[in-house]
Amino acid sequence: MATDVVMPQMGESIAEGTIVRWIKKVGDAVERDEPLLEISTDKVDAEIPSPAGGIVSEIRAGEGDTVPVNSVIAVIVETSSRPEAASTPQKGGEPETAMTPASAPAPEPAQSQRAGPRVSRGEDSLEATIRGRSSPLVRRIAREHNVDIAQIAGTGLAGRVTRDDILGFISTAAAKPDAAAAPPAASPARSVSGAATGAGLAGQTVPMTVMRKRIAEHMVASRRTSAHVHTVFEVNFSRVAEIRAAKKAEYELAGASLTYLAFITRAVAAALRAVPVVNASVEGDNIVYHRSVNIGVAVALEWGLIVPVIRNADTKTLLGLSQAIADLANRARSKQLKPDEVSGGTFTITNPGALGALFGMPVINQPQVAILGVGNIGKRPVVIGDALSIRPMGHLSLGYDHRIIDGSVADEFMSNVKRTLESWDSSDV
Amino acid sequence: MRPLEVHRLGLVPYLEGLALQRAAVEDRRANRVGDRLFLVEHPHVLTVGVRRDGGRSHIRASAEALAARGVEVHDTGRGGDITYHGPGQIVGYPIIDLKPDRLDVHRYVRDLEEVLLKVAGDFDVAATRMAGLTGVWVGDEKLAAIGVRISRWITSHGFAINVTADLEYFNLIVPCGIADRGVTSFARLGCVASQGQVEDRIAARFAEVFDRRIVPPVSLTAARDTE
Repeated sequence: MATDVVMPQMGESIAEGTIVRWIKKVGDAVERDEPLLEISTDKVDAEIPSPAGGIVSEIRAGEGDTVPVNSVIAVIVETSSRPEAASTPQKGGEPETAMTPASAPAPEPAQSQRAGPRVSRGEDSLEATIRGRSSPLVRRIAREHNVDIAQIAGTGLAGRVTRDDILGFISTAAAKPDAAAAPPAASPARSVSGAATGAGLAGQTVPMTVMRKRIAEHMVASRRTSAHVHTVFEVNFSRVAEIRAAKKAEYELAGASLTYLAFITRAVAAALRAVPVVNASVEGDNIVYHRSVNIGVAVALEWGLIVPVIRNADTKTLLGLSQAIADLANRARSKQLKPDEVSGGTFTITNPGALGALFGMPVINQPQVAILGVGNIGKRPVVIGDALSIRPMGHLSLGYDHRIIDGSVADEFMSNVKRTLESWDSSDV
Repeated sequence: MRPLEVHRLGLVPYLEGLALQRAAVEDRRANRVGDRLFLVEHPHVLTVGVRRDGGRSHIRASAEALAARGVEVHDTGRGGDITYHGPGQIVGYPIIDLKPDRLDVHRYVRDLEEVLLKVAGDFDVAATRMAGLTGVWVGDEKLAAIGVRISRWITSHGFAINVTADLEYFNLIVPCGIADRGVTSFARLGCVASQGQVEDRIAARFAEVFDRRIVPPVSLTAARDTE
């Protein structure tokens, strides 16, 4: 498991740093939080600790180099799989803006995509811990019966799995072969980094990271500024699903992934042109109707949130939007977004549905006046005509600012989006 | 308000000061002590910052000349270029934790400038900042210099302000690598403040700018005795 070391941002207005000295060199072992390098900026020499323990496998910038904040300057390969217990106050990699919790673009359970690497780390450490708490005999029995000790509730000292525990487990498992075979799916919650969920921090007081502080301030300020109202619409995604299935292969060849989010973004872009007050801002007593439609798509990161913006989203084709969404999300996660890609948004889309929420009540991303939350899209029972059917359904919720958008206007906007999605013109692909 | 201990240590050889700072940073990091501000005076010394460009190349005098005048030269772990410390100059070392709400190194430097600007104002000296040139200036002469080290958000090194220092010693170097500006002091500006009076104002203004409340200094080694 490799960890990127980035040039940290040592202050709000600081855009770059100069490497003064590498304390550790390629091949050296370093512990988490051990000083790794020294950087300097304007009369300040700062010692930067390593974000992970392991061996320094690559150094990408040399002593004397000046590099932009957030660029990767080294890579550390972890030699031990340790649980991501404490949240280190992240000093680096904290770009602007914040949003309500959202997740990867694809509305399908995206946890499989991120759970991969982290699941194994969680399981390794858990197993190691449990193993340390059970005797060699118990472990041998477990091996012989192909049982994962981590699954068994230990009644011994400090939760140790005793001989009786494991034999009891095996006999009941024999009656239910499925249960024994299934490995414990590391809860998806574990795959969302411990840093965000506060895993392992009970009893501790931890200072907020710069990014967390900004998010906190932004959220509270937004609530104070806008007259938040929410409206929720249910959308039948059958037509979109059909088109998606038909065009999927074609899109993959073009290097894009045709997601529900791309369709939704396109529908929203058109609706913003049809109902311009939703693509506006409030300045004093004025309503500023924006010239362009720049849609931000919220991406959840291990260390926080970021909203990369697709400029002129209404001029892009469905393919163009798919590509832009995928590209921005990838670069967001690898900390390669440029400053002008996280600013200038006029509307935001967030995706609480990716982690299972039916719908969200998102907070408006100031200075915008509305935000769309995409709920979980999945097969649900729905009445069509007078018959009960099963269709891919999803809820779209709009958070809007009642200072300039009235309920009827919000609903007109949402009806527009719903209509576009439910009767998608298949030539518009 | 967080407490701040102010330790006025008088004349301290530079290397002792370095060792003191290193120990203080570790103590602060381990939370054995709170935030502290050390105010000291050093015997004549040239100190070199960490940046590769500059530093010793900005020493104008030969090693023999320096030795003859009793001037030591030392590397430090701080940012900034080369500077001179000597009697008549107050050197301040705030060893404070910038967490949780001051995680911005540029802001820290600006705050240090703010402290010194206010101190100058207290003595009716019209000091200013100069864009792009960290430090405190009167006209185009430098009254106070700043050079900082930050290690996991604990600060060390700090600032130096000329009260009655013999400014001739600055001719041994290109101060901070800035060749075309001079240096000045309270005395040169006609201000008769004593070292003690300036230290008083530094402590007060530091507490104000950094939002700390001054508490009586505990013995330097108290924290260690209890281990």
